[in-house]
Amino acid sequence: MLEIIVSAFLAVGIFFMLVGAVGLLRFPDFYTRLHATGKCDTLGEVLIIVGLLLYHLFHYPETPLVCVKLLFLILFIFITNPTATYALMRSAYKTGVKPWKLGDERQ
Amino acid sequence: MKGKGFGILVTFCMMFLFWLLLSGIFDTLHLTAGLICSAIVALISHDMIIKGDEEKILSKSFKLAIYIPWELWQIVLANLDVAYRVLHPKMPIDPLIIEFDTTLRSDLALVTLANSITLTPGTITIGITNGRFCVHAIAKEPAEALTVDGTMQQKVADVYMEW
Repeated sequence: MLEIIVSAFLAVGIFFMLVGAVGLLRFPDFYTRLHATGKCDTLGEVLIIVGLLLYHLFHYPETPLVCVKLLFLILFIFITNPTATYALMRSAYKTGVKPWKLGDERQ
Repeated sequence: MKGKGFGILVTFCMMFLFWLLLSGIFDTLHLTAGLICSAIVALISHDMIIKGDEEKILSKSFKLAIYIPWELWQIVLANLDVAYRVLHPKMPIDPLIIEFDTTLRSDLALVTLANSITLTPGTITIGITNGRFCVHAIAKEPAEALTVDGTMQQKVADVYMEW
């Protein structure tokens, strides 16, 4: 039962990471590509870590501090990932990267 | 002066708890090293975490704890939205850049709203100047959800009590 739940978490996490990668390739410009990576990477990574956390918690309950460290990882990903996306967006906007409009060529 | 001492104490406790959880070794050497490091960090950077009005911190933390599950649900919706747009054969995107004003002023409230916008469906924050947000939206509907509806601004304003 535990194996099924952990596998489900890992599979959904990997699916979202994959969607992020496909979006990076398919979307037409810098800003829209950041939409794909900025969002999907956050949830993908967090779901994978939750899967690892559950596995560790039930198979190695003698070292609970590892789970605490994984929880810290989740917290920091939720803070740093949108902040890094914001920094990239802002620097691109300030240096004059033109946003793609419907009907333009791919960049 | 009283507020400053309180801020240092809270920061010190947080840092020492963080040290204990990360190290997991409880002998004299490591505990002493942890105490000294936490004290230095608390003295240097206490004003980054706790600022002035300590009366409201508890109620703010409580409201933030209610806000976070709603935000998590929004993140799941955002990912499904992006997945739909990425995997749809015709790629239904129509990007535009919008600007709008908020009443929020404190740094923490602005950061919370900016990160929430980035994590919710179809929008990413580009810049903030004096409470004016510049946001890149991937299509018309998410942009309108932000400017016309304004649920998120309301929720963040409720958490930080800045209307």
